[in-house]
Amino acid sequence: MNALFSWLTDPAHWSGSAGIPARLGEHLWYSVLALALGAVVALPIGALVGHGRRGGFLVVGTANGLRALPELGLLTLLVLLMGIGLLPVTLALAVLAIPPLLAGTYSGVRNVDPGAVDAARGMGMREPQVLFKVELPNALPLILGGLRSAALQVIATAAVAAYVSFGGLGRFLIDGLRTRDYPQMAAGAVLVAVLALVVEGLLALLQRAVVSPGLRGGGRRSPTATVGRPAPAPADPDPVPVREPAGAEP
Amino acid sequence: MAWEWIPRNLGMLGGLLVEHVVLALVPVLIGLVLAVPIGWAAAGNRVLRAVLVPAASVLYTIPSLALFIVLPAIIGTRILDPLNVVVALTIYTVALLVRSVADALAAVPSLVVAAATAMGYRPGRRFVSVELPLAVPVLIAGLRVAAVSNISLVSVGALIGVGGLGQLFTDGYQRDFPLEILTGIVLILLLALVVDGLLVLIGRISTPWTRVGATA
Repeated sequence: MNALFSWLTDPAHWSGSAGIPARLGEHLWYSVLALALGAVVALPIGALVGHGRRGGFLVVGTANGLRALPELGLLTLLVLLMGIGLLPVTLALAVLAIPPLLAGTYSGVRNVDPGAVDAARGMGMREPQVLFKVELPNALPLILGGLRSAALQVIATAAVAAYVSFGGLGRFLIDGLRTRDYPQMAAGAVLVAVLALVVEGLLALLQRAVVSPGLRGGGRRSPTATVGRPAPAPADPDPVPVREPAGAEP
Repeated sequence: MAWEWIPRNLGMLGGLLVEHVVLALVPVLIGLVLAVPIGWAAAGNRVLRAVLVPAASVLYTIPSLALFIVLPAIIGTRILDPLNVVVALTIYTVALLVRSVADALAAVPSLVVAAATAMGYRPGRRFVSVELPLAVPVLIAGLRVAAVSNISLVSVGALIGVGGLGQLFTDGYQRDFPLEILTGIVLILLLALVVDGLLVLIGRISTPWTRVGATA
């Protein structure tokens, strides 16, 4: 423990291209790239399939299947086939981000109260308007839940990228392991774990800030029941189960 | 092409597969045994629930590679001990299942519990023969997630020298041999598929009442 502490407080480990800030920056950079790429693929598919309310079985099945994909295998395979570079690492991480995002978006849109969707159509909204103005805002809690799971998964796995001679906080883990430098390894592990916890916390806050107040209490409320009196705050807004958006299971 | 690598190494692949199954599924069993009492405690007590369920979520947030490496310092094992992987995956399984068990038990209709009590069930037997069986569907859903994610996570253990089929990834990478890695990926996916299917089957068999009335 002492060795870990002195490693973490050694100023030499806090500067330069192999210092903690630089490695942290790399780690976040890969993670953000991968999440963005995953979102570009998963959000439209999840939204469209959820909106059409058909083919859900396929989406959930694919998402669950991708979940079983071993991260280390995918990463090493892509690097061998494409050469070491940002592209294979980002691709491998993006594949991991897709299942939770896809499942979250799909089940979010699919489970929007059909009455609200009917009402929107009845008010003369066109299909894209129904999707963007009614279904997606209503689906936001589950979509963000999916994003949280995806972010955790990607941050955890980005540590593995160091194995294929890439940067990020995983460097401390892998280098420490190779040179039997236990304090360095432990410091790397602690840093990755702290990063995951901090990002999880921040996204939980974001989820609270962004989701429409009308959706927070959960459950369905009659529109007249709350007139003049705000609904009581939900007793226990549990975090969405980590890495597993609700409704991921068929 | 080097396809004949597969038949030539069937013995080795079989050995790794068995190791992989043990490393992935022993933690599921231990985790289930630990999670049921913890989840039961959380379901019955609001304060405990407010502590245990978020704590479980936090445990699940810790990245696997980090946990594999930190555990030896905490439980005093050697760094390359397979026990590290088993303990780490058990922690994940418990973290995942505590919530499932707590939710499932809390969802048992209170009338059913009251009826069982009125029929003379003591709390212990009532739990085993009434509440727990009713929680099986949710429990199975949790077990499926835990089993599939463990099967995939075991391979990360290859980085610390204990990874079942994951060793095909590190070995294939060092030898620049994509087929070996591909074989590992396919075997892991198949294993996950089979285990997932078996769990669904176990869930069906152990809850015959869920199919009664569905067809009527």
